[in-house]
Amino acid sequence: MIRVALPYHLRTLAKVDDEVQLEVDGQVTLGSVLDVLEARYPMLRGTIRDHVTGQRRPFLRFFACGEDLSHEAPDAPLPDAIATGAEPLLVIGAIAGG
Amino acid sequence: MSGVRVLVGTRKGAFVLTADAKRNHWDISGPHFAGWELYHIKGSPADPNRLYASQSSGWFGQIIQRSDDGGKTWHQPGTPPGEPTTTPEGMPKAESNKFVYDTSPETGKPLTTHQWYDGTAHPWEFKRVWHLEPSLTDPDTVYAGVEDAALFCSKDGGQTWQELPGLRGHGTGPLWQPGAGGMCLHTIILDPSDPGRIFIAISAAGAFRTDDAGKTWKPINRGLHSQYIPDPTAEIGHCVHHIAMHPSRPGVLFMQKHWDVMRSDDAGDSWREISGNLPTDFGFVIDVHAHEPETIYVVPIKSDSEHYVADGKLRVYRSRTGGNEWEALTKGLPQSDCYLNVLRDAMAVDSLDPCGVYFGTSGGQVYASADAGDSWAPIVRHLPPVMSVEVQVLP
Repeated sequence: MIRVALPYHLRTLAKVDDEVQLEVDGQVTLGSVLDVLEARYPMLRGTIRDHVTGQRRPFLRFFACGEDLSHEAPDAPLPDAIATGAEPLLVIGAIAGG
Repeated sequence: MSGVRVLVGTRKGAFVLTADAKRNHWDISGPHFAGWELYHIKGSPADPNRLYASQSSGWFGQIIQRSDDGGKTWHQPGTPPGEPTTTPEGMPKAESNKFVYDTSPETGKPLTTHQWYDGTAHPWEFKRVWHLEPSLTDPDTVYAGVEDAALFCSKDGGQTWQELPGLRGHGTGPLWQPGAGGMCLHTIILDPSDPGRIFIAISAAGAFRTDDAGKTWKPINRGLHSQYIPDPTAEIGHCVHHIAMHPSRPGVLFMQKHWDVMRSDDAGDSWREISGNLPTDFGFVIDVHAHEPETIYVVPIKSDSEHYVADGKLRVYRSRTGGNEWEALTKGLPQSDCYLNVLRDAMAVDSLDPCGVYFGTSGGQVYASADAGDSWAPIVRHLPPVMSVEVQVLP
């Protein structure tokens, strides 16, 4: 079970109140997690990564276990703590300042 | 007539304002899509309960919303409320926010760049939908004007979108440059007398017309003069801010250009200036009285360096002679210490008698006149900055 924490506006779009929990078959990567997320919540397609190129939208970032994963390859394995559900994958709107 | 419904898009959500035909007392619904930018909301002339909204965010991109009950409830097309969002096979039902430029050789030249502000080639990048124009006859058909400038169409109620690539591919596309607000296609006018004829306008490429439902296009900018471009009378490159047409005279167009208020009596083939005695002819909005095709409205803005009204006074100017002779309409509008702007899609008229006129400001007020502009009163005073105003007369 994978946990994904979405920013407020994406939780509103997806009509979820809290973290999203997903079952991902095979290797757990950014790409495979987002594939499952978008299949379950199709209203999120295009809001996190581009429809065509699949690239992360420029003002979004991915964090997990205190690490910035924004520039990881989509097929790079995520940390074990994400794959086991011990820690959530954080999708965060990039904001300068506080 | 049972009433009117005003659709307001703001920087932080959408609002639906309703009143009876007297237009004295208003109910305010909203914010819908709180915290998102609502560039435009518009209802279908064929079904007033069918509304389309453009919801966008710099972080999360473009969302298309649709209401089938006059704005009470909304959904992303293809995923009706209460229904599963996927097919039994697990596939998404629709991709209502997918706007992909058509670069296929089969449908036109595969354009890949336009000009950037500095004249260098820049790839076409979809940013947002500025304007939604529902078909005059089919509630499921709607056009979208987008940034970077292109025209899209949906024929399935907003579920899927296809570009009309003949516009970008007609020849001048690689020369288009963005205006200060981006390279946006912001105006779409459907000719009620000719289903094949559509007018559009782009900042800062100019105005264009198709006579074959979008297959082929031509620039219609002859007579425009823009002193700050290398060739002031060039075929393209003019920063057209808005165009308005009265449905009874589809060949007569009124334009608020960056500077200059213009008029065409030949469907855009030629234009002449009608700024006349306006205190300044910079501005964004322009609209036509619902029953008097020669009565037009503008809100002059001081300059392109100071995007607020002149002299601290919010004044709508009305011409009853099709231009050149203008009168200031001030009753009920602030006449001191006022520094507001009124954006290009933020004025609308209703078809009641007397004609109602509405506009929204950068300060979050929506003003209404139930007497064709003679007097004004705010419907609301403290919304987020207003980006668009549309009005519907309800049966």
